[in-house]
Amino acid sequence: MPRYVMVIDQRNCIGCYACVAACKTENDVPLEHFRTRVVETVQGEFPNLRMELRSELCNHCDNPPCVSNCPTGASYKSKDGTVQINRNRCVGCKACIAACPYDARYIYPGQGFADKCTLCIHRIKQGKEPACVATCIGASRVFGDLDDPQSKVSQLLSEANSSVLLPEAGTRPRVFYIRKQSKPD
Amino acid sequence: MKVTRREFMKTLGLAAGVGVGANWLLPAALASGENLQPGEVYAATNCEMCFWGCGAIAKVVDGKVVKLDGNPLHPGSRGKLCARGNSGMGTTYDPDRIKTPLIRTGNRGDGKYKKASWDEALNYVAEKMLAIKRTYGPEAVCLFHHGPCARHFLPLLAAFGSPNFAEPAFAQCRGARDIAFQLTFGANPGGNERLDLANSKVVVLFGSHLGENMHNSQVQDFASAIAKRAKFIVVDPRFSTAAGKAKYWLPIKPGTDMALMLTWANIFIKEGLYDQAYIDRYAEGFGELAAAVAKYTPEWAAKETDLPAGLIVETAREIGRYRPNVLIHPGRHSSWHGNDVQRSRCLAILAALTGSWGREGGIYLRTKASLEMAQGREDYPVPEKKPLIELSPYPLASKAGLTIGVTTLLRQATLTGKPYPIKGWIVMGTNLLRALPNEKETMAAINNLDLLVTPDVLPFETAMVSDVILPSATYLEKFDDISVVKDSCLFVTMSQAAVKPMYESKDGYFMARELAKRLGLADYFPWETVADKIKAQCELWKIDYEELSQKGYLEFKNTATPYITPDNEPVFKTPSKKIELYCKTLADHGFDPVPQYVAIEQPQDGYFRLLYGRSPVHTFSRTTNNALLTNLFKENEVWINAKKAKALGVKSGDQVILTNQDGVKSTKVKVKATQRIREDCVYMVHGFGSSSKELHNAYGKGADDQHLITRYAIDPICGSTGMRVNFVKIEKEV
Repeated sequence: MPRYVMVIDQRNCIGCYACVAACKTENDVPLEHFRTRVVETVQGEFPNLRMELRSELCNHCDNPPCVSNCPTGASYKSKDGTVQINRNRCVGCKACIAACPYDARYIYPGQGFADKCTLCIHRIKQGKEPACVATCIGASRVFGDLDDPQSKVSQLLSEANSSVLLPEAGTRPRVFYIRKQSKPD
Repeated sequence: MKVTRREFMKTLGLAAGVGVGANWLLPAALASGENLQPGEVYAATNCEMCFWGCGAIAKVVDGKVVKLDGNPLHPGSRGKLCARGNSGMGTTYDPDRIKTPLIRTGNRGDGKYKKASWDEALNYVAEKMLAIKRTYGPEAVCLFHHGPCARHFLPLLAAFGSPNFAEPAFAQCRGARDIAFQLTFGANPGGNERLDLANSKVVVLFGSHLGENMHNSQVQDFASAIAKRAKFIVVDPRFSTAAGKAKYWLPIKPGTDMALMLTWANIFIKEGLYDQAYIDRYAEGFGELAAAVAKYTPEWAAKETDLPAGLIVETAREIGRYRPNVLIHPGRHSSWHGNDVQRSRCLAILAALTGSWGREGGIYLRTKASLEMAQGREDYPVPEKKPLIELSPYPLASKAGLTIGVTTLLRQATLTGKPYPIKGWIVMGTNLLRALPNEKETMAAINNLDLLVTPDVLPFETAMVSDVILPSATYLEKFDDISVVKDSCLFVTMSQAAVKPMYESKDGYFMARELAKRLGLADYFPWETVADKIKAQCELWKIDYEELSQKGYLEFKNTATPYITPDNEPVFKTPSKKIELYCKTLADHGFDPVPQYVAIEQPQDGYFRLLYGRSPVHTFSRTTNNALLTNLFKENEVWINAKKAKALGVKSGDQVILTNQDGVKSTKVKVKATQRIREDCVYMVHGFGSSSKELHNAYGKGADDQHLITRYAIDPICGSTGMRVNFVKIEKEV
């Protein structure tokens, strides 16, 4: 099986929200909810400022607390390594929402099941990239198979230091961030 | 060079071989049945969420557009769309759309209209136009327009006998820049600027907030330059997203940009950082330039701009070191302070000194290839009266080779009746009350009209003071002229409907043609529909209509000549046939032939200069009712320096009212107290604070910067209206 991951090269993110907009129409995400977002932070004092733009989504963790905390087995780790939700088994108990340290989930209004980023698995199966990656104006979001050393994600991760969000949570995310220009250790 | 038929056939050979990205489902690929679900259709078209003209592919399921993707063949989009492009269906399916033709029944502005049939509405408009023609002459009807669908009214206007039309894109946007580059290089940088950003080693941005100002391919190239570690020098009073990516952020005192530009020119010359061989070969007036800028020292500039002298020198050397692979961004919205042609001339001169016009990483050259336009009749009547632009005091207003007009001249004539009266306005594709400075003047002019007709998609402010409102189809619902684009290469793109028009909406060609029929001018619109016109264009150019329809984009082979080479010497269409560092045309009209610094008024204590700009998810006011986009950015905020905010006793999220120097007050707007802006200015995203109650999503959200722009500084060279000359104070709303 391939090892699907996303690498977010924050150096090229220009905070344009094309990813968020594409995600919403591709996946028919309810208006008031988001499966991905762009977090903008600025540190320092005028005029010595530093900006960080960070797009966030479900980390499709290898040790997913949403799965281990799901009482019905609705949240599961798929064979392709993505974390998915079986809507029919979900009772909307919100245990996964409480367990997820990344605030990646919401309850679908009017339907009652938990919902989140699927990594556009329906598109991947058609040989396409996730919608957010396909439209990423800055080519900041990169999707691919980490088991393929020729893939763009493998190359990116071999060329620059990367990190994951909240490593201390022990979730082993599959979304990797390249924050700034630096050679790997 | 005109493209011959044989070259065209070659083009088609090439185009047929263009590979379709495996990830993309173009109509051509779909014809073979790839992944096609029942009821799924794809249509290639041009996005009109802004005016960049990206190729888009609409996915239609059961007659409804459900997804929009960038056309991978199209150079404006390269398979990607911005947030607006991704959300285009939010405008098509906006419940607030204008659904039928409407004729005003109440007083102007009170919002009372009756539904009318197309026949009724068009007869009404035609009768009014003929009445105006009888009393005042045909010149008294004018057109304000923006975008492809509104262009169909240009031949209507010409056939009617009026030479008066204008786009805010000139006097309220990039006109001053285009004139400046035309005077210097004999060409402007293009509506889609020909920037070789992806190959630049140093990029200089004066106020250009790329990323926040979203023009798809330009921002893709911007990101690509970042990825390639180009050095960015961002000159902006505000820490923009671009500044966040920059090696150097120069938080300049607003209005002093020319001091920095002229000082850089001086440093380039004094330190021999300029491209001497290039200047010797292609430019003239170097001696006059050197003499005129000698007085602009880094120490002087430091005082004027509030930037450290050392930084001014260091950045000049950084630019010089990497020339000619340097992009001095020409800017886009350039109507700032009323000295805008001269400031833009400084940018053109810096581009010349670095030898970057026509060089890798600079501004690349436009293709020399062209196509003949397919027209109907062209024997338009010669108007008795001269166009207002020729009677204006702005000698170079029509020099851009664009003749896109000066909106505020039309408004002024409407207001004063001089040099002759204007009594009818057709307004399409622009929300004039939000686009022109001093909304009161616009409203007073409107009150002088016998006819204001506004074809629009949504009931924006200008529509809601019109006599007749006509429901326009969105770009997803209409066919439109083939766009012929002269970028580095020559290409054509297709606009076609993905779905049937909602309600009773119609396209611009239909409206112009139906009016023409009623005005006895039907001969000027020989094609029954715009789709027929496209077919005629295809026949004239020997393009395979089916292929263009499927691909949405066709490129002409071997028409790109982006860089200067021994085989591709640049042509400068200036009087001297050279790059004019010294501009005799300006001298002849009594203007500085080499730009000179003139300080502009700074705000008094307690006041801030009002700056405005863009959000990447909105296009002026036209997207502010789109639910998919307001979901991402629903209202603007006023950015205030954190220290100043504290002194004023306001914090982020507080509601404040802004009052300008003329006592005009804004609606309530939230504060963003931030380190990201200087203490002497405030900033807002343009286009918010709608006052149209018919726009249920946009009404009352945030505040309208244009409402506060009561003062404007007219550029004496081209008539564009500098709008960053307003000062506001801030009062907390209790």
